[in-house]
Amino acid sequence: MVRGTGRRPAPAPARRARGPRVPAVLLVPAVLGLAFLVLPLAGLLLRAPWGSLPERLQGPQILEALRLSVLTATLATAVSLLLGVPLAWLLARVPFPGRRLVRALVTLPLVLPPVVGGVALLLVLGRRGLIGQWLYAAFGISLPFTTAGVVVAEAFVAMPFLVISVEGALRAADPRFEEAAATLGASRWTAFRRITLPLIAPGVAAGAVLCWARALGEFGATITFAGNFPGRTQTMPLAVYLALETDPDTATVLSLVLLAVSILILVSLRDRWVNST
Amino acid sequence: MRGSTGRGARRAIRAALLAVVGAVLATVAGCGGTQGSPGAGGASPSGGGATGTVTVFAAASLTESFQKIAQDFQAAHPGVQVKFNFGASSALAQQIVQGAPADVFAAASAATMKQVTDAQAAAGAPRVFARNTLQIAVPKGNPGKVASLADLAKPGLKVALCAPQVPCGAAAGKALEAAGVKVTPATLEQDVKATLTKVRLGEVDAALVYRTDVKAAGGAVEGIDFPEAAKAVNDYPIVVLAKAPNAPAAKAFVDYVLSDRARAVLAEAGFQTP
Repeated sequence: MVRGTGRRPAPAPARRARGPRVPAVLLVPAVLGLAFLVLPLAGLLLRAPWGSLPERLQGPQILEALRLSVLTATLATAVSLLLGVPLAWLLARVPFPGRRLVRALVTLPLVLPPVVGGVALLLVLGRRGLIGQWLYAAFGISLPFTTAGVVVAEAFVAMPFLVISVEGALRAADPRFEEAAATLGASRWTAFRRITLPLIAPGVAAGAVLCWARALGEFGATITFAGNFPGRTQTMPLAVYLALETDPDTATVLSLVLLAVSILILVSLRDRWVNST
Repeated sequence: MRGSTGRGARRAIRAALLAVVGAVLATVAGCGGTQGSPGAGGASPSGGGATGTVTVFAAASLTESFQKIAQDFQAAHPGVQVKFNFGASSALAQQIVQGAPADVFAAASAATMKQVTDAQAAAGAPRVFARNTLQIAVPKGNPGKVASLADLAKPGLKVALCAPQVPCGAAAGKALEAAGVKVTPATLEQDVKATLTKVRLGEVDAALVYRTDVKAAGGAVEGIDFPEAAKAVNDYPIVVLAKAPNAPAAKAFVDYVLSDRARAVLAEAGFQTP
């Protein structure tokens, strides 16, 4: 048990958040926390085979995985935009029974282990899945082991990032502009297109970038649902995982590429959008 | 912030921070403890007096039989506890080379064991304790009507193989090459269990996996023998690791795996024993 014996409460001025003196009890764990988060990444940089980096980056498998990653993450973001923006609008603007539950369900993939998402997708959309068997019988479509399957897996995991971001922007935007447009004769769709979307554009953009970055890093759902085949379903994170089995140096290089892309995205995101929303 | 609630909150925060720092320190100390206590099992190298925990890194295909062997071993050596890390041998080999605190390594191929011995991470020479051959695994009822290795090349047939980086994938490649069959797999899975799962779920029509995995799946999948399997026999070597935190217990476990009783368990699982 921790008791406050012999310690007096800090004097009033120190209670201010921006006091000049940082108490050690906060500073020490803060620095530990920072080190914990940053050191592994620094280790990656230190251990990287910088000398052979250029030729390793040109390996056909790496370029293939990178191309596929960028393609699928972009498609997954497009899918998320098409479905996620209307969903966010529904959650933010339309009161309906069970809205809180729906909101919780939408954010579920954020906390769900991606592998679980992959298993769920497999059981529903797989060749013998609930919907998948029907798709397969009717159209001969089977999503596992296809690039489309990768997009589905990535969109499943990444779309909540977009929805949350857009919903937040919608809640911050003043609905009276839309109402004013409606009183002037605009249909709801016109009001959404001409008033709401421009208002929340920064939020949508921020959400799309986050969504893209998350899709790019997706591993668990992809390897579970879409499998792993070079050029078709093997994205960068899968390539990293398999490279680690035989060739750790290549795995390090691949990780560096993903790290660089992620940092680039987050830094640009912070400067452009996070502060302004 | 108001007076009393503010103080309460501050106290709660302080307590929470202390708890976090305490937990971090305990973890750090704990890690140091396991790595820095060689021979926790006492001085007796005979194995009879071994105690403590022995950590075994073993190929995924050994999951069922090693769990059974460990039960027998623990019954014969009270005071010793066996802990497993099952996975693709190649991944385990990398973890060991990177310094994972393991006592014993059992690999699914000589090639993955070589990664460990080359890195001077093994104490002594590995010994082969089992051999495994491949089978074609198909979902119940064999919907793809697979009868031979050559059938895997049929257009429209979905096939899962292990990735060439892992031993079952290397063996599959060898068998297919020996048969002169060119297969375009739908997926290259990261270990043999994942490959078999795709068959169990019916997502693929066939997969090349170890005979032992087909057997371990019970009636969930059907196994089909093929003659070319004889060209891709995988040896399973086992070794005590150089930096084993509990070398006496590790040695006892390896001796036990090479014993007749363990052989019987392995044979029952479908392994051949040398």
